[in-house]
Amino acid sequence: MNISEIINPANLVYEKPNVMNDTPMHYCPGCSHGVVHKLIGEIIGDMNMQDKTIAIAPVGCAVFAYQYLDIDWQQAAHGRAPALATAVKRLLPDRLVFTYQGDGDLAAIGTAETIHACNRGENIAIIFINNGIYGMTGGQMAPTTLLGMKSSTSPNGREVPTAGHPLNMTNLLAQLKGVCYVTRQAVHTVAAVKKTKKAIQKAFENSMQNKGTSIVEVVSTCSSGWKMTPADSNDWMVENMFPEFPMGDLKNE
Amino acid sequence: MAKFKGAVVVDIEHCKGCDLCVVACPTTVLALSLEANAKGYNFSHMANQEECIGCAACANVCPDACITVYKVKLA
Repeated sequence: MNISEIINPANLVYEKPNVMNDTPMHYCPGCSHGVVHKLIGEIIGDMNMQDKTIAIAPVGCAVFAYQYLDIDWQQAAHGRAPALATAVKRLLPDRLVFTYQGDGDLAAIGTAETIHACNRGENIAIIFINNGIYGMTGGQMAPTTLLGMKSSTSPNGREVPTAGHPLNMTNLLAQLKGVCYVTRQAVHTVAAVKKTKKAIQKAFENSMQNKGTSIVEVVSTCSSGWKMTPADSNDWMVENMFPEFPMGDLKNE
Repeated sequence: MAKFKGAVVVDIEHCKGCDLCVVACPTTVLALSLEANAKGYNFSHMANQEECIGCAACANVCPDACITVYKVKLA
């Protein structure tokens, strides 16, 4: 069969979600952010919620997320996305409200806002991209950086006496009574991408059903910050990040 | 024999040559081109189009949403 016969709208099995616009993404080649953006676009399209979604952009690499997904966005001060999401969801309870935050935003400067929004059980979804490093500012050590992991501010690797242990935010948040769904996923393989899509969809549905706060942590790569190729970053993530941040549901009520 | 035949179309100007689709492809259809796009990236393309089964693994892992997949069932 000729290739031009196959390339026909009737045979389409996968295309870019309609919720995404055509702006080229500024992320580095192989960045996990793009895959998660795409999943969010697919889910919002599937749920037919494009006109009823308000997302909160963080500070960090994903600060420009509002340029790529054609939904309503607000941009919060650094780490304050859950506080802003609280306000949006309380004022407009019929909307799907989610925050999209990295580990520098959620686990460092925004720890207080995150914990209190989750403790109050705000009906929002939190998408937490954890790549163990401050990607945007040049690969400095983050609270989630692994022990022994080299970064620009821990050139000999993270050490306990000076920097303490990696902060496992998702495990902490799973203890809170206001939280209804906590899961940790990744997007390095097709199977992982499909699981993450289901997890984000569930988080969004929980938000609409007012069940409490849902947290989806996506263990991600930062090939530029880690100074590896995207494919090597995925392997490194499986080998080093997964033992510290194991995959799976932590809470599902 | 494969029961399905597929084809992928890569948006070469949006492709950043990250190689993840090449790694994900189960039938080694995709490869990075020796040519570069306007941004200087060696974009992904179908080097071995006969083997494509339209599984969309490449498109699922593509961070820049630049792969479209088509598939037909062979009679």
